[in-house]
Amino acid sequence: MSDVGYVIAGYGGIIGSLAVYAALLLRRLARARQHRSPGDDGA
Amino acid sequence: MKTRILGFAALLAVAAATLYGLFGVPADLNQGDAQRIMYPHVSSAWLAYLSFGVTALAGLGWLVRRDLRFDAVAVASAEIGVLFTALAIWGGMMWGRPVWGVFWQWDDPRLTTTALLLALYVGYLLLRRLSDDPARRATRAAVVGLVAAIDIPIVHFSVIWWRSLHQPPTFLSPDKILNPSAPLQFVLALVGMLAAFTLAWTWLLIRRYQLARAELAREEAVRSGVVRSARSVTTANGEGGVAQPNAPVEAAR
Repeated sequence: MSDVGYVIAGYGGIIGSLAVYAALLLRRLARARQHRSPGDDGA
Repeated sequence: MKTRILGFAALLAVAAATLYGLFGVPADLNQGDAQRIMYPHVSSAWLAYLSFGVTALAGLGWLVRRDLRFDAVAVASAEIGVLFTALAIWGGMMWGRPVWGVFWQWDDPRLTTTALLLALYVGYLLLRRLSDDPARRATRAAVVGLVAAIDIPIVHFSVIWWRSLHQPPTFLSPDKILNPSAPLQFVLALVGMLAAFTLAWTWLLIRRYQLARAELAREEAVRSGVVRSARSVTTANGEGGVAQPNAPVEAAR
């Protein structure tokens, strides 16, 4: 693989993983808030 | 709303820093395009340090103040730290292969201590799953978080203390804060990526903290549900209802 291939793999892996983690985190948060008890402000 | 704005700003900043790192900065004279991976790689490594430092301090906060909000910060930061450590390792591997000729070298102290750092904090997260008691869980995690933090300076200074394939620290080495000989564009790309990743880290930490608080509230709700269930059984048959307390907890899992 060329240098450019490694650069694409490096950036793609890092930025892509950040995006996937952020999306999963928002989904987990939305689900957790659905089950949250009344009166909890979550902060 | 402020968190949403922060998230949007982080998204734009990461996109801009990525574009600048890929297309705005010239290729390195010696390493060529492969050197571009340094920007997200070093930024990820620094945020891993920051994450585990925050985990250690928050754990200390719990031990001193006995406030579960500290524990929520600790777990939030640890999980994000694991992510950034894995990203730093991935970036390092993608940079190492074209420059060193290998993805990984177990003889190298920086690589090995970083792998140990990752294992320590994966262990930290696994340890937290062993107890349903928030106070006991927070205490155990705080102790492990403080002990594991010892590896942070070892990772950072490993390239100075021992013979290493890895290059010396980019920032914060004993002889320089910022390498004055580095071309300004390289420095801007690195500082820009670090700033963008720090924005993203802050947004992730806030959201993960909110998740930790919501999970804690849910645990409390389940626990109080157990109490109500036991009381209702007591009222119904007058025998105390001690055989049922675990049933709602199991069902909730």
